[in-house]
Amino acid sequence: MSVATETAAPAPAPPRKRSRLEHRPGLNRWLPYALLAPAVLLELFIHIIPMLVGIWMSFVKLTKFFIANWSSAPGAGLGNYKVALDFNNAVGQGLLKSFGVTVVFSLVTVAFSWVLGMAAAVALQPEFRGRGIVRTLFLVPYALPAYAGILTWNFMLQRDTGAVNHVLEQLHLSDGRTFWLIGGNALISLITVAGWKLWTFAFLTLMAGMQSIPRDLYEAASVDGAGNIRQWRNITLPSLRPVNLVLVLVLFLWTFSDFNTPYVLFGTAQPPAGDLITFHIYNASFLTWNFGTGAAMSVLLLIFLMIVTGAYLLVTGRRSRRA
Amino acid sequence: MGPIRLRSSAGARDGTRESDVRLRSLVAAVAATAMGISLAACGGGDKDDSSGGSTGDQTLTYWASNQGTSLDNDKEVLTPVLQKFTQETGIKVNLEVIGWNDLQTRIQTAITSGQAPDVVNIGNTWAASLQATDAFLPFDGDAMTAIGGKDKFVPTALATGGKEGTDPTSVPLYGLAYGLYYNKAMFAAAGLQPPKTWEDMVAAAKKLTNPAKNQWGMALAAGSYTENVHFAFINAAQNKADWFNSDGKPTFTGDGNVQGVLRYLDLMQKDKVANPSNAQYDNGTKSVNDFATKKVAMVINQNNADSSIVANGMKAGEYGVVPFPAPTGGEQVASHVAGINLSVFKNTKHKDAALKFVKYMTDANTQTTLGKPFSSLPVLKDAKPVFTTDAAEAATFQDVYNTKSKPLPLVPAEDQFESTVGKAMNAMFAKIATGGTVTADDVKAALKTAEDQVAASS
Repeated sequence: MSVATETAAPAPAPPRKRSRLEHRPGLNRWLPYALLAPAVLLELFIHIIPMLVGIWMSFVKLTKFFIANWSSAPGAGLGNYKVALDFNNAVGQGLLKSFGVTVVFSLVTVAFSWVLGMAAAVALQPEFRGRGIVRTLFLVPYALPAYAGILTWNFMLQRDTGAVNHVLEQLHLSDGRTFWLIGGNALISLITVAGWKLWTFAFLTLMAGMQSIPRDLYEAASVDGAGNIRQWRNITLPSLRPVNLVLVLVLFLWTFSDFNTPYVLFGTAQPPAGDLITFHIYNASFLTWNFGTGAAMSVLLLIFLMIVTGAYLLVTGRRSRRA
Repeated sequence: MGPIRLRSSAGARDGTRESDVRLRSLVAAVAATAMGISLAACGGGDKDDSSGGSTGDQTLTYWASNQGTSLDNDKEVLTPVLQKFTQETGIKVNLEVIGWNDLQTRIQTAITSGQAPDVVNIGNTWAASLQATDAFLPFDGDAMTAIGGKDKFVPTALATGGKEGTDPTSVPLYGLAYGLYYNKAMFAAAGLQPPKTWEDMVAAAKKLTNPAKNQWGMALAAGSYTENVHFAFINAAQNKADWFNSDGKPTFTGDGNVQGVLRYLDLMQKDKVANPSNAQYDNGTKSVNDFATKKVAMVINQNNADSSIVANGMKAGEYGVVPFPAPTGGEQVASHVAGINLSVFKNTKHKDAALKFVKYMTDANTQTTLGKPFSSLPVLKDAKPVFTTDAAEAATFQDVYNTKSKPLPLVPAEDQFESTVGKAMNAMFAKIATGGTVTADDVKAALKTAEDQVAASS
């Protein structure tokens, strides 16, 4: 989101006359804090404190025997982490598998969404009749409530009654008896649905970014004889670099912690091939009432995402400075 | 999770899935924040937050589970019953009906936050797990006397109320049992008799299966882990195998367990009497609908399937019910003791009123009033089933419930048994449906993983 505002920031407002407030130093000093206070408090209660509670939970044995009285839960030290990271036992192995699935899912989904978003943004760059309509059409997956969209996919991907199998059968591409929501195909379905939901955001962001690329660059390039592909590679792509840096990171973080898509698409019958990590953690804590282990897994996920984000920003930041 | 997936309620569940998800995440967020606040406040002190603490105006909060055809239907059925209670005792009851997808999470949140209702319906298979949380009132001698004494209940039903040898923390409210429903016309046309053994059942199913015409012998809710785990339990019980030893430790990998699970999987794999599509049936409604619309000849379901079958156009006389058969020489277990229990939260401010309410709900009159709309079996001794007009069907189910059913393991880890073994079976059915093969060794390996998961978190 910040991308759009950043690149399309309006020109700074002209300096105003001195406001009355500046004549009242006492109020002036406190006003910023007063205005910030609600935000700070909300941030504290909605983000910081629950996060700290989550971290505390990961160090106690918070099973069904203790959830009625939290304070009585015995400390577990690093026990919950040991269980989650012991890849020789079932819990650790499950987490590792789920992690692998999630990595594949995220990388493919981000690539898929970015490519599609970029293609659409480029296609809609030149003005033509009906561009507005096509743009609006492309925004549908983003405007649709996620649950409605995913549930529709769930219907379409049914084996016997789904539209996907019906179309494939009519086109003689399959016998129309493919399972899409169980077995190995589940991952393909999951990526398709998540990508379908996400590419519009990539499209929107890239399109907004392209608005700020000066037209004359392209004109000069075509005078020099550069083709469309060359223009895209040498003008569009470098100009969009700051947008892309943030976009890819945001897309990655969103897909990696995607919960809604597997939850709504698979319901309670989630297949191993679609066992994304947030969903896995949810099952580990809510189905087995073992909130300590669940919290430990969440903290591990948090640490992993922080490392990835930090490394990403470090690497891309360094390159930017060099450029 | 919810071990009792009621077929009649499942239609409503699908429709509300969207809001369920939102509600669930909301509840989780609220719970986390609430915990954060109470921690930040370092609050000792008593939690005098519920209203109506005085004895003058008593209002009970009651969370009912979804037993009728929809949440609204439940409300319609229960409201007059609750009004009668208010007339008799002056105690008001604040009713909320909660769908099965939400119920366990809601109870979890209530336990965690202390913001609980006074009385709640639970799936009876959760009883021992919920008992372990220590959030529920034990029905000790006094409390049991207050609700009319333990002798009024069917003993097997009462046995589901908690761990053996302890004061139960729940008492039976509605009874349910599995039965094998068969289509009388199809059986007559093929010259078949209702099966008495597993072998009979498979032979009949094979005869009535014709994949080319999309006609199958049986429908299985093979994508529903709660259904699957019930059949893992029943089939293993027929092999005289248990899932937990006397110390409450999991024993999932015994030969009887493995063979029992494999026997059920083989209905799709070896015997091929069930459509592979069934691997995607994530609730019992779907298999019951196949039976009601005459796409399949048999379905194994709990007795509350009746309402769905009739709603789908099949008349009462067109189907018969026999006990779900065991293999020749096997133990005659045809069902687990299924049903709904009633629990009182320990931190209730209205203990006496809550006990009066439990007494009223488990009273013979109330049981008769609710037995028909909720298609339930009576949990009281000497009571007659009223959920069907078919006397033979009623007798079959009552016989299964009273003499051929075994309670699911009454151990705290029961809920984990359900989710791990049930989901392992989902995955194995999926493998079979997509063309793979599941051998006894594969079953054993899958059950070993489930066992490790349970052992790791207990």
